[in-house]
Amino acid sequence: MAGWSQLDGMALSLPQANVDTDQLIPARFMSVPRSEGYGAYLLHDMRRDADGTLRPDFPLNRFPQADVLVAGRNFGSGSSREAAVYALVDAGIRAVIAPSFGDIFASNAVNNGLLPARLDEATCTRLQDALADGTGPVRIDLDAQRIVLDGIEAAFDLDASWRMKLINGWDDIDLTRNHGPQIAAYKEQRSQTAPWAWPAAAD
Amino acid sequence: MTRARTMLDKLWAAHEVLRREDGVSLLWVDRHLVHEGSHHAFAKIKERGLPVAEPDLTFAVVDHYAPTRDRMRIADPQIARMIETLRTNARAHAIRLYDLDDPGQGIVHVVGPEEGLTLPGLLINCGDSHTSTHGAFGALAFGIGATEVAHVLATQTVWQRKPKSMRITVDGELGFGVTAKDIALSWIARLGTGGAQGHAVEYAGRAIRGLSMEGRMTLCNLSIEGGARFGMVAPDQTTFDYLEGRRAAPKGTDWDRAIADWADLSSDPHAVFDREIVLDASEIAPTATWGTSPEQALPINATIPDPATADPAKAEALRAALDYMGLSAGDMLEGTPVDQVFIGSCTNGRIEDLRAAAAVLKGRKAKVPGLISPGSARIKAQAEAEGLDAVFTSAGLEWAASGCSMCVGMNGDLVAEGKRCASSTNRNFKGRQGRGARTHLMSPAMVAAAAVAGAITDVRPLLEGRQV
Ligand code: SF4
Repeated sequence: MAGWSQLDGMALSLPQANVDTDQLIPARFMSVPRSEGYGAYLLHDMRRDADGTLRPDFPLNRFPQADVLVAGRNFGSGSSREAAVYALVDAGIRAVIAPSFGDIFASNAVNNGLLPARLDEATCTRLQDALADGTGPVRIDLDAQRIVLDGIEAAFDLDASWRMKLINGWDDIDLTRNHGPQIAAYKEQRSQTAPWAWPAAAD
Repeated sequence: MTRARTMLDKLWAAHEVLRREDGVSLLWVDRHLVHEGSHHAFAKIKERGLPVAEPDLTFAVVDHYAPTRDRMRIADPQIARMIETLRTNARAHAIRLYDLDDPGQGIVHVVGPEEGLTLPGLLINCGDSHTSTHGAFGALAFGIGATEVAHVLATQTVWQRKPKSMRITVDGELGFGVTAKDIALSWIARLGTGGAQGHAVEYAGRAIRGLSMEGRMTLCNLSIEGGARFGMVAPDQTTFDYLEGRRAAPKGTDWDRAIADWADLSSDPHAVFDREIVLDASEIAPTATWGTSPEQALPINATIPDPATADPAKAEALRAALDYMGLSAGDMLEGTPVDQVFIGSCTNGRIEDLRAAAAVLKGRKAKVPGLISPGSARIKAQAEAEGLDAVFTSAGLEWAASGCSMCVGMNGDLVAEGKRCASSTNRNFKGRQGRGARTHLMSPAMVAAAAVAGAITDVRPLLEGRQV
């Protein structure tokens, strides 16, 4: 995964609260292999009528080129399905700005290079008012942890380790494998102090 | 003198392999549970040519796509492929698989405890948000995404920043007909779906100690709906009694040693929590959701809220929920007609849940159709041995095989567009049980009551004079 530290994009307002993972990608699309791309399933049932036609008034349908969403509180609450993040990423979304995120969603996002930027409710509302029903240019600076949109400048919250991960595009498996000896030593010690922690009776 | 520690502190310290300068810990994973949805993670390790680090600590379960009828002949090729992919991955990595025909098959969060794979003092991961269920045993259990699942497969460890601690104390005694589900829906309604975000919740107090393991699992299961990735209950005699003799639970001297270690896991008496919430059990009534978020829950005798008089920050969400659910502000929750019912899921598909539903349904007829899918094949067998299946079928409900079923509909058990379902599951999100489906969450006894009345109703009068 490639890292990034600056983004100049187009922001779109999606002001609903509690856009949960079942809405981000309905369960019925989750058996598709990732290689086929998940972008078409993003917010599927909000964007499309029952017969599959796109609803022309839905913001993302009017501006499919948007790459930053300014959303409502508790974005991505619900399930651990990383497919919710794949759908966003495959649809070209690079960052979501919201007052709060589902915990698992946020860490899944970072693992896929998608920024979950937390901004207080009032600032989010100001950004949404500025965007109204259209899009607007936004600049996100990960190093400085700042965003600028329509003259509004704000510092967003992001876990420091997540910021480094996004900037460097780090992959945890490589990092962790460097700690192989420590993991082996831990395992040895645990097998002595807590032998009961291994399952009994294989069958 | 050492600082008083919470159960979270103790569990965290016991699993910390190392802590980076930025405060993120590398934790050892004692049990890793995978299911059909883990295919992304298996693809990731395959791409890198990595083996599964600890196949003996990894367990695979067919649950999300498990057909609940005629399960040995799967008509839908997509579903067949998902199950087949899990089989292939389990075989390739020598992982124990609970396949469709296995007597131990069931929903991953039901199977773990039932098999004795879930134990106090363990760290348990699964690529599923309801992994918090296992915390009912005093385990550090949390759901992870596919990238993290691949990481656990490859290294048997997980990177995690320690959450803040939160204690929800439920004092007093639960009233007649009130269950763990009602405790959970009540606190989520009060604090909101983001109410416990960033926190590990420990449940304490007399009402919690009085819960069976099944009840504790229901409560910990629903913690995620209040935003908490972890839910926990300190292990006690109830926990030990449940586990003793389970297939994978420690035996002999290991058991004795385990019991001694587990007894020390509880939070120290003076441990300080970042947040404390206290509820009075006697104030909790049978509860059901009316909207499209678990926080939109009400005691059975309440009226549906009016966005015009609600907190302005939530008014828009209320309006959208009323619209989706086809309800009007000011209507009584009780009496809302339902089209069908569902009992099952990792929240409320256990034997105690089925017994509670049967206590209501015995000798009565359901006014609406419904499906009952036990949480595991063992629960199914147990229920049949107790004659519960006959109670359900005589009432006119369908008794099916075990799996996630209508909780998420991946196996094809769906609620049709616009239909209203009283459900013992955990999520009433828009479209969760099918596109346009309207879900009302409640306890299994309340679902049974809704079946009998054909509408959402107070279960208590229906339980009068019955053995619960
Ligand atoms: S029963 Fe429902 S919530 Fe539980 S694991 Fe299955 S799909 Fe998830």
